[in-house]
Amino acid sequence: MNQLQNFTKGLLKENPILVLVLGTCPTLATTSSAMNGMGMGVATTFVLIGSNVVISLLAKLIPDKVRIPAFIVVIASFVTVVDLVMQAYVPDLYKTLGIFIPLIVVNCIVLGRAEAFASKNTVLSSFVDGLGMGLGFTLALGILGAFREIVGSGAIFGHKFIQGDGILVFILAPGAFMALGYMIALVNKIKKT
Amino acid sequence: MEYILIIISALIVNNVVLAQFLGICPFLGVSNKVNTALGMAGAVTFVIVLATMVTYLIQVYVLNKLGIAFMQTITFILVIAALVQMVEIILKKISQPLYQALGIFLPLITTNCAVLGVAILVIKKNYNLLEGVVFGAATALGFGLALIILAGIREQFELADIPKGMKGVPISLVTAGILALAFMGFTGIVK
Amino acid sequence: MAKTESTFRNMALSLTLIALVSSALLGFVYELTKEPIALSNLNKKLNAIKLVVPEFTNNPNDEMFRLATGEGDSLEIYPAKKDDVIVGYAVNTYTSKGFSGNISLMAGFRPDGTIINISVLEQKETPGLGTKMTEPGFKDQFNEKNPAEFQLKVKKDGGPVDAITAATISSRAFCDAVQRAYNTLQKGGIK
Repeated sequence: MNQLQNFTKGLLKENPILVLVLGTCPTLATTSSAMNGMGMGVATTFVLIGSNVVISLLAKLIPDKVRIPAFIVVIASFVTVVDLVMQAYVPDLYKTLGIFIPLIVVNCIVLGRAEAFASKNTVLSSFVDGLGMGLGFTLALGILGAFREIVGSGAIFGHKFIQGDGILVFILAPGAFMALGYMIALVNKIKKT
Repeated sequence: MEYILIIISALIVNNVVLAQFLGICPFLGVSNKVNTALGMAGAVTFVIVLATMVTYLIQVYVLNKLGIAFMQTITFILVIAALVQMVEIILKKISQPLYQALGIFLPLITTNCAVLGVAILVIKKNYNLLEGVVFGAATALGFGLALIILAGIREQFELADIPKGMKGVPISLVTAGILALAFMGFTGIVK
Repeated sequence: MAKTESTFRNMALSLTLIALVSSALLGFVYELTKEPIALSNLNKKLNAIKLVVPEFTNNPNDEMFRLATGEGDSLEIYPAKKDDVIVGYAVNTYTSKGFSGNISLMAGFRPDGTIINISVLEQKETPGLGTKMTEPGFKDQFNEKNPAEFQLKVKKDGGPVDAITAATISSRAFCDAVQRAYNTLQKGGIK
């Protein structure tokens, strides 16, 4: 497939969370607002691109039997870099995302792409794949976050547009599950047509 | 008394899946039959208890002593990966059928955010070794509880008339949402 | 396709190499970010202090001292000075009586004990109910009140404090935290 298709597959057809249903934990936990969701998405995208590129570069040098631990070390390194940089320069977002930043290392999307794609493709393709998947993830998180923020807090990007509270359940756990469930159902419906 | 509070809190008040959003992937993937759910819960409990012990010791005696706390993510995940390998080998030897039934989900325990999540939380909450292990075990039981409840419900789905678009993941998520709502009733038990 | 063989030597070598390179890289990034991280932590604290005491010319963080609460622990007190004259004390106080757990506040007092302003640092209360404690509608009623005359009790308990509707427990907890701060300052001999 050409690079354009390589890039766009991550946005729609093979959207990591809405179609492949990977990375559900951070999706549910960080989408109480659009900004938080997208912040998570951008951090994950950075790790995804970094690990995809490095793993693609080293793929031939890593013996098959130890590839999983090797991939894990590479991914964990990028996650730690993101963790430290965020702590230093965006401390409020860092505090909100909390434990889910180090948990990027077990985000099935990252290890999944490393194993399924980066280890078997060129560096350029791996870069584009990482970018597409990452942006698709960020987009989905942004939409889910925006929905939960608008309905649950009556605000968008931090600006309230109603007096008082919204339908609070949506910024809490139950709302997260239900909103994601209906979102995936919607995507399923669209795919069938 | 402290320990009872830790257990109740981790098990139902702050249930790892329904309130903290950890362990969702296996929660959705392995919960369609109660038997496999039980097997998965058992394997995860074993890994979490071992992992909390080893990661705690590493944090205190290696990372903190050498001042390299930033290496936490790498060392913790490598410990977990090694433990899961060990469990795989042991399970293959003592129970082939369970090993087969869990299939791909066994190595995937490594990427179960609940395992790494609990290891990190123990350090963040400043628990000592014993409290950490109790917290880990209770969390794992909470995971098992949520898993088995959902599996029981999903077995009933086979007989229900679910719209095509909702089949599988969507209806499980909505059900999990209702379960989460129910569990929210437990807030305020632990002061 | 020339793929490296999985011989023991190759496996050990590649893993060690990767581990060494990534550790070196991380150590480097850690050193780079150490200062900005320390700086942003400091700013966060100073910002919280700025909200609750009048303008100051010293560095309250440098002059922080601890006072015993009388309950077995101590609170952090940050003195705010204007040209060497104390204009206020910011107290990092807490309560464990919150509906959903601990609440921590930064309470600013004048040297005579009057409350200047209160800032909520951390709370996990119920959204829409207990979380209203962060809003001026509730917490501003404490400003310019002296706990020596203004009882820190909600109306239900016979005091003058207007509790948040349907969030009496959260409101009581808030008062408890402020009372703790005031008592600690008193005990420390600061009137």
